[in-house]
Amino acid sequence: MIPAPFEYERAGSVDHAVELLAGDDAKLLAGGQSLIPVLRLRFARPATLVDVGRLDDLRYVREDGDRIAIGALTRHAELVRDPVLARHCAVIPHAAAHIGDPQVRHRGTIGGSVAHADPAGDLGTVLLTLDAELVARGPGGERTIPASEFFTGPFQTALASQEMLTEIRVPAVEAGTYLKLARRSADWATVGVAAARVDGRVQVGLTSMGMTPLRARGVEESLAGGASAADAAARTGEGTDPPGDVSASSEYRAHLAGVLVRRALEQL
Amino acid sequence: MTRISLTVNGESHEAEVEPRTLLVYFLREQLGLKGTNVGCDTSSCGACTVLVDGESVKSCNQLAVQADGCEVTTIEGLAGGGGLHPVQQAFHEKHALQCGYCTPGFVMASVSLLTENPNPSEEEIRQALEGNLCRCTGYHNIVEAVQAAARAGA
Repeated sequence: MIPAPFEYERAGSVDHAVELLAGDDAKLLAGGQSLIPVLRLRFARPATLVDVGRLDDLRYVREDGDRIAIGALTRHAELVRDPVLARHCAVIPHAAAHIGDPQVRHRGTIGGSVAHADPAGDLGTVLLTLDAELVARGPGGERTIPASEFFTGPFQTALASQEMLTEIRVPAVEAGTYLKLARRSADWATVGVAAARVDGRVQVGLTSMGMTPLRARGVEESLAGGASAADAAARTGEGTDPPGDVSASSEYRAHLAGVLVRRALEQL
Repeated sequence: MTRISLTVNGESHEAEVEPRTLLVYFLREQLGLKGTNVGCDTSSCGACTVLVDGESVKSCNQLAVQADGCEVTTIEGLAGGGGLHPVQQAFHEKHALQCGYCTPGFVMASVSLLTENPNPSEEEIRQALEGNLCRCTGYHNIVEAVQAAARAGA
């Protein structure tokens, strides 16, 4: 399958991209690793694609006070080998290394991935777990969206149609891990679990356990109360609504999530 | 139509493409470089792997317009005047293929791996080739070929 016809515009800057997004039914193209398959299946038929893939000034990772700032167009392969993240926020490279395959990681970007908001996407869960902040620019200027408000539904985010994600800010973490089980190598997560210790507190997030990335609040509460990893992990299912599909039944996902949460906590 | 200019296998090309043209079809149909195969057509199998600016990319999952200004290398561009590229030579010597359909993609993915990691362990090779499928069950010899190519300094 090839995509339905569309107009192609290449943005020379973020402001230019925002301007181009004013057009009727325009969509941003970053690395294209999520969008192009969707276009090919014709699940999406935007009138215009605004290519932001050349905005290399949005490819960076830098320390910014007590936070780490990541440019939205930083590619997965760059996250995997970034020395600042390796030292201060290893859960991100850990998760990024499990996205797709090397070919996908060479082109896919963190901004594109989280803006796509696939409930089986790995980085969204990590950002939610870390209480990241997502910076977006639109016609009215810049605003910061907490990760807890960013993911509004499957493939839906708080971004307005004329807004572009430009930066992601995460805290330094003391320890972190991302565990993922997929049926096949390079596949989406049947279930994924992010766990990180931030300011002495353990935060846990879940992939593919509902329509958006989720926080395992029950697990976090138990841990804060001094529970063991196994006892805390027993509360993984609270507030989740795991889907049943060709990869796994809902019951299997619920069981698997508990196992992965316990293992992740034991690794911290 | 959109005008693009790019370098493919060291040669400059200017072309008019429909924006929806996938890179693999641009290479095969507009440039006649049919060594890059279309396998699954869903960016799963890796048969269409080429190098864009030296890094492996699935060309069925890229638009030709995204490669504007880039340097693309396909399987046809690997062998130099002195014969086969060391990775191709190793695939030949280790019999790392049966039907051969997946081979161009595996070779390009292996070249990309060895650029990033000239001395990969067996485990690293297997991980790095996770985006390429061989349905003749040839992985064992493919891994051996990549090890041999690494030893040969590919």
